[in-house]
Amino acid sequence: MSAGPRKPFENKIVEWVDSRLPLFTMLDKEYGVFPTPKNFNYFWNFGAIAMFMLVTMIVSGITLAMHYAANTGIAFDSVERIMRDVNYGWLLRYIHMNGASFFFVAVYIHIFRGMYYGSYKQPRELLWIFGVVIFLLMMATAFMGYVLPWGQMSYWGATVITNFFTAFPLVGESVQTLLIGGFSVDNPTLNRFFALHYLLPFVIVGVVFLHVWALHVTGSNNPSGIEPKTKEDTLPFHPYYTMKDSFGILVFVIIYAIFIFFMPNALGHPDNYIPANPMVTPAHIVPEWYFLPFYAILRAVTIDIGIPFTEVTIITAKLGGVLLMFGSIAVLLVMPWLDSHPVRSARYRPKFKFFLLLFVVIVLVLGKVGGMPADVPLFHITENMIFTTTHVAQIATVYYFAFFLVVLPILSRVEKALPVPASIHESVTNCKSSCEGNA
Amino acid sequence: MSSHDPHSPCCGGGSCASDQENQSHNGHSEPSSCCGESRRDFLFMTAGAMAAVGAGSVVWPFVHQMNPAADTLAMSTTEVDLSSVEVGQSVTVMWRGKPVFIRRRTVKEIQEAADVDVSTLRDKQADADRVKAPEWLIVIGVCTHLGCVPLGQKTGDMRGDYDGWFCPCHGSAYDSSGRIRKGPAPKNLEVPTYSFLSDTLVRIG
Repeated sequence: MSAGPRKPFENKIVEWVDSRLPLFTMLDKEYGVFPTPKNFNYFWNFGAIAMFMLVTMIVSGITLAMHYAANTGIAFDSVERIMRDVNYGWLLRYIHMNGASFFFVAVYIHIFRGMYYGSYKQPRELLWIFGVVIFLLMMATAFMGYVLPWGQMSYWGATVITNFFTAFPLVGESVQTLLIGGFSVDNPTLNRFFALHYLLPFVIVGVVFLHVWALHVTGSNNPSGIEPKTKEDTLPFHPYYTMKDSFGILVFVIIYAIFIFFMPNALGHPDNYIPANPMVTPAHIVPEWYFLPFYAILRAVTIDIGIPFTEVTIITAKLGGVLLMFGSIAVLLVMPWLDSHPVRSARYRPKFKFFLLLFVVIVLVLGKVGGMPADVPLFHITENMIFTTTHVAQIATVYYFAFFLVVLPILSRVEKALPVPASIHESVTNCKSSCEGNA
Repeated sequence: MSSHDPHSPCCGGGSCASDQENQSHNGHSEPSSCCGESRRDFLFMTAGAMAAVGAGSVVWPFVHQMNPAADTLAMSTTEVDLSSVEVGQSVTVMWRGKPVFIRRRTVKEIQEAADVDVSTLRDKQADADRVKAPEWLIVIGVCTHLGCVPLGQKTGDMRGDYDGWFCPCHGSAYDSSGRIRKGPAPKNLEVPTYSFLSDTLVRIG
């Protein structure tokens, strides 16, 4: 981003600006001629798609904020007014509501891509960590946004989530009181959640900037996981990937639009169209679908951990669940160091591929049981023992953590990788022999 | 800035009495590293400490504004007239934005709560320690697990296996003294501070 030697532009106005602030030189370097591996598959579209969704959320969010009122007395009604009276208000709200879901869809696929092709590995660890930070910020933003319509799920979701903090000994209660600004979730809570919900997306933009900056230092990973060596391995970003990203965004937006126009409430919960009532808890509180795996982990811990044969409890079941839930995200931060295998791509690591795909299945299972009530009986093991959804969640939680803390370190040592092609160019030209059975 | 910085001027314009002493003690050859060790560092540290106190006093209002405001705190008591509540009935009142369960317990419910062996409970508390008058049980109607409102106030509600309350969120069951008996909740339903102003008037908070 510094001046340095610069090629003059033909357009006089562009040249006038660029000689004073080399904006166009930078754009050309980072998005024009930027050398990009030529073997990207469609998984590499999801970074650009996530970026598109972030912009969509900010634009639709700012317009919604022009009509929304963050006061418990009128918040629900102001959302209904947006739906009924504001010009195209229904469209803006459905774009925003479903946009949250589709942002998470894009980001989850983006994260999977990073895991499958080893994009978190040296030298991209910091890039990966920025990504996890973005994910955490997204979760906080999405949670606070869901509270704003002040429906039953908004209110009780906020109550359950802020109650996590009471699990921490000694300071828990005061931290919770500080966060919600009262003795229960109420108007002060709604006000601050609105303020933060407006702020955090811009913090996300800042971290995305760091994420992309780090990406442009190391360059992109690619399906073979081999670094580009010669010019033969890369293509200029424009027009090859500007075009491919545009196409990917287009396909994604078509699916997104189907939800907005034809099934806008399919991903939501009907109880959130009931105004918040502090005196009545809905029969079945569930978070939005993108939080369900983590919700399942939270509920999987049902026993207190203490000193054996004494009455002393060190970690209550409640604290244990909260710690595991936060731990399930935190463990992603150290993934680059848990997996030290020299080969990046799962293409050449059949064992890693198996355990990773199993991990994906397990996360989906966690999502499924997270959306069901706790302790739903599934089948009888013996006369008195019933296998329930809680047991499923417990087994899945064990695998979730074992994948990171046991499988990855062991595979790093013992897995013998398949022969890796010499270059990206070779991996593309000899595809038949080297990437059989791969996407 | 380190006191060993060779370019730092000696305090008092080089007329420092301890010059000689310092050199012999720590073996520094630069004459300018003299008494900066005492006076300059002292000024530096006190200035730093004052800056820290200043920064803290600026940060605190920005943190403390998030705590309950005066009007929120002002709503911290509520008075309830109990004269219309029959034996076996329950009423729910709002206190600090939370539901408070007031149950006029039947003889059977009082007996059940008193008969439990306290040592078998998760959160060990005798029924007598949780009520001021055995007939009136007053607890905060918020599940100690994750804050849902348990069922059991209305006739026909599910009351769980212990004749008290049942939380529909994660399946915690409380007994007729509001004590946790089953499920993930760690503690008994909290008893708020309250006092009977007369036989039928209670002030909560």
